Amino acid sequence: MIPSMKKLRGVWLLMLIFLGFAVATRAQVTFERLVNSSSEPQNWLTYSGNYAGNRFSPLDRVSTANVNSLTAKWVYQTAATGKFETTPLVVDGILYATAQDDRAFALDARTGRPLWLFQHQLPSDIRPCCGRVNRGLAILGDKVFFGTLDAHVIALDAKTGNVIWDVAAVDYKEGYSFTVAPLAVKNLVILGVSGGEYGIRGFIDAYDADTGQRKWRFYTVPGPGEPGHDTWEGDSWKIGGAPAWNTGVYDAKTNQLFWPTGNPSPSNRGEGRAGDNLYSNSLLALDADTGKLNWYFQFTKHDEHDWDATQVPIMLESGDKHLIAQANRNGFFYLLDRTTGKLLSTNAYARTTWSDSKDAEGRPVPNQQSSPTPEGRTVCPGALGATNWMAPSFDARTNLFYVTAREQCDIFSTAPQPYEVGHAYYGSAYFPSDKAEPYWGALRAIDPGSGQVKWEFRHISPTWSGVLSTAGGLLFTGDAEGNFIALDAASGKPLWHFQMGGAVYASPMAFAVDGKEYVAIAAGSSLYAFGLP
Amino acid sequence: MRAIPMHLGNFFGWSAMLTRTMCRQGISGLAILIVLLMLLVPSTLADEIRNPFSGDPKAAKAGEFEFRINCAFCHGLGARGGGRGPDLTRTHKRHGDADADLFQNISQGIPGTVMPANGTNGQGVGMTDEEIWQIITYLRSIQVQSPAKPIGNAAHGKELFYGDANCSSCHMVEGSGGRLGPDLTAVGTARTVDSLVGSVRTPSKRLAWGLTETTKEFAQEYQTVTVVTPDGHEIKGVILNEDQFSLQMMDTAEHIHLFEKDKLRSIQKSRDSLMPVYNSTILSDVDLDDIVAYLLSVGAK
Repeated sequence: MIPSMKKLRGVWLLMLIFLGFAVATRAQVTFERLVNSSSEPQNWLTYSGNYAGNRFSPLDRVSTANVNSLTAKWVYQTAATGKFETTPLVVDGILYATAQDDRAFALDARTGRPLWLFQHQLPSDIRPCCGRVNRGLAILGDKVFFGTLDAHVIALDAKTGNVIWDVAAVDYKEGYSFTVAPLAVKNLVILGVSGGEYGIRGFIDAYDADTGQRKWRFYTVPGPGEPGHDTWEGDSWKIGGAPAWNTGVYDAKTNQLFWPTGNPSPSNRGEGRAGDNLYSNSLLALDADTGKLNWYFQFTKHDEHDWDATQVPIMLESGDKHLIAQANRNGFFYLLDRTTGKLLSTNAYARTTWSDSKDAEGRPVPNQQSSPTPEGRTVCPGALGATNWMAPSFDARTNLFYVTAREQCDIFSTAPQPYEVGHAYYGSAYFPSDKAEPYWGALRAIDPGSGQVKWEFRHISPTWSGVLSTAGGLLFTGDAEGNFIALDAASGKPLWHFQMGGAVYASPMAFAVDGKEYVAIAAGSSLYAFGLP
Repeated sequence: MRAIPMHLGNFFGWSAMLTRTMCRQGISGLAILIVLLMLLVPSTLADEIRNPFSGDPKAAKAGEFEFRINCAFCHGLGARGGGRGPDLTRTHKRHGDADADLFQNISQGIPGTVMPANGTNGQGVGMTDEEIWQIITYLRSIQVQSPAKPIGNAAHGKELFYGDANCSSCHMVEGSGGRLGPDLTAVGTARTVDSLVGSVRTPSKRLAWGLTETTKEFAQEYQTVTVVTPDGHEIKGVILNEDQFSLQMMDTAEHIHLFEKDKLRSIQKSRDSLMPVYNSTILSDVDLDDIVAYLLSVGAK
């Protein structure tokens, strides 16, 4: 009896371990899973699909050979209006996403049928700059996290949508909001604030994923006594802007976050804030545990054109070199050494008229004709930039960096405007030039080593869709006319398209359930999932 | 608001869910009462909406900044109308000129037009109620009280429109006329006199470039296009709509053609308008004033 009891106990123990393991891998999204996301290509675990930020899916069953038979599998409608900017996450057959007006939801990823819905109750006097938008969630453990337009950070139970914690990061009435998809790292939820149009003082925050307690805050505008404070005139730092409203990337080997920042305030008038205005329009290398700054690189010093540098940067490896690349809103593509923050090369990938020369570090510097005046000056790129928040992608196999470019020039004119707490604070206005050509756009493929544009796929008007690359040799993107388009990642040749009936303001992603692959994108007020018949 | 679990299979969308939640929170009774009151006495309520900054020059100045940022893109600096938006210094406005009308139009947009709701045009920041009132205060401070004297003879303008000037072969007014060019019924309120005159004298000069994506459902430029079909036919007309893969057009005989672009031999788009140039030898300044007067009189209805 005793030996057999022992034997039985052993079996039970084994079973428990096995069961426990099975449950844990099914339900818990651990930090290790996020680090090793490429080992589970069926899931899409972070905003950009992985910590490197490359929005590349290793799924390859949908390929250049069969993409012409791709078909809509399901459509989910949010029944809300306004721009639908989300990138969904998918974990083990369940899709999680946000929608307009700070909605969040979970769906059966095979059918699009909802499991739960949540809507954060927003006050009537929020200060969103650019629509009641949200770009997505982070997931860690058994919770999903998002930032809201009234500057709350909320953790929801991934199974029910119940609120686990809800903290106010800052007073939204001063012009702060969140639209960014947070990034989960270790046990932290990291996100940057929006509000560059309201004279905020920008920051990047990290919250304990279990409790919602704030672990660190990095102010993107240095206070008195801090390095960089002297790059601001007088008290202008207090309302210096430099928001951080798009999702950064994370290097697990060095435990560093690389997070991009936005425009100084007021966005289009430099008068009153003489100096470089650190750390506006910069890439920041931060220690993930403490938020301590390791290095920074400022793309546009003393910006007067609202050229936020908030585009998702992408980590690249070249031999033993650890690099990071960004196609910047100012029209230049930058390649940096991410160990040191040193600029390696920069090249224009869109029409630029604001710079004719480079400084000693190789950074393009503005010319005399680009500074806005009361009468107005035409500058390219325009106020919305050569690209914006739409996600870029990098495919290591083609060695091409894909970016959605905009070709648009605008007249920038200054309008002196006093600062008032919580009021819009542009200091300027911009207009289309009567003489300008109609705006247009293109998906461009850049060789990151040389910065040269290898090919482009021209859009008939600018699009706010990002780009997904896949191991099937494909690129996916959307357009302002409502098309979802698959292209050959090597040549840019369009291979398939589907008319979704609403303009795209989102970036595509890919996932698989039960071995069946899907590509998903938001358009109009609907989320579409496509797959093979 | 708490999460709303989906216990039942049926999903009727957010509004039903929200209504249910509101009921749970006891809001619905009050909400229904308010809606009923609004339905019963709309004018009374509207009359009660007043600009809290009325006549305050400081608010007007603040409103001018807000106007430049949020409105000037379409309505022009100084609110005298741009290529897209009407002249707002005129007291006659097609969608109402009462404080309540202006507030409603700015905050909710005007359905059926490209006038977007506050904060949804994708370029300016959304305004607070206070800031909207400041803009209205600014508009009041610059509005032209007495209408300018009639610039022409509207009755003669109508004769020309449907007769010798041939406008009606391509343009409709109040349901009568051609289809190739824009309907001009409302153009009198939607455009400045200068832009009307400019459109006749130099029709190829595009006055409305620079649509933002949110307002760009259709190519509203009446762009000229010439296509060659697979069997070699050349068709000329205006673009009704277009995307990456398809083209919808109307030819000069008002036939609609629907094309897949990759099936066409060629597509040639041009910025030269199909509308002929009416210079002063073809159409005298006096006659043009009469036509403009006609369009203004129709638009003022």
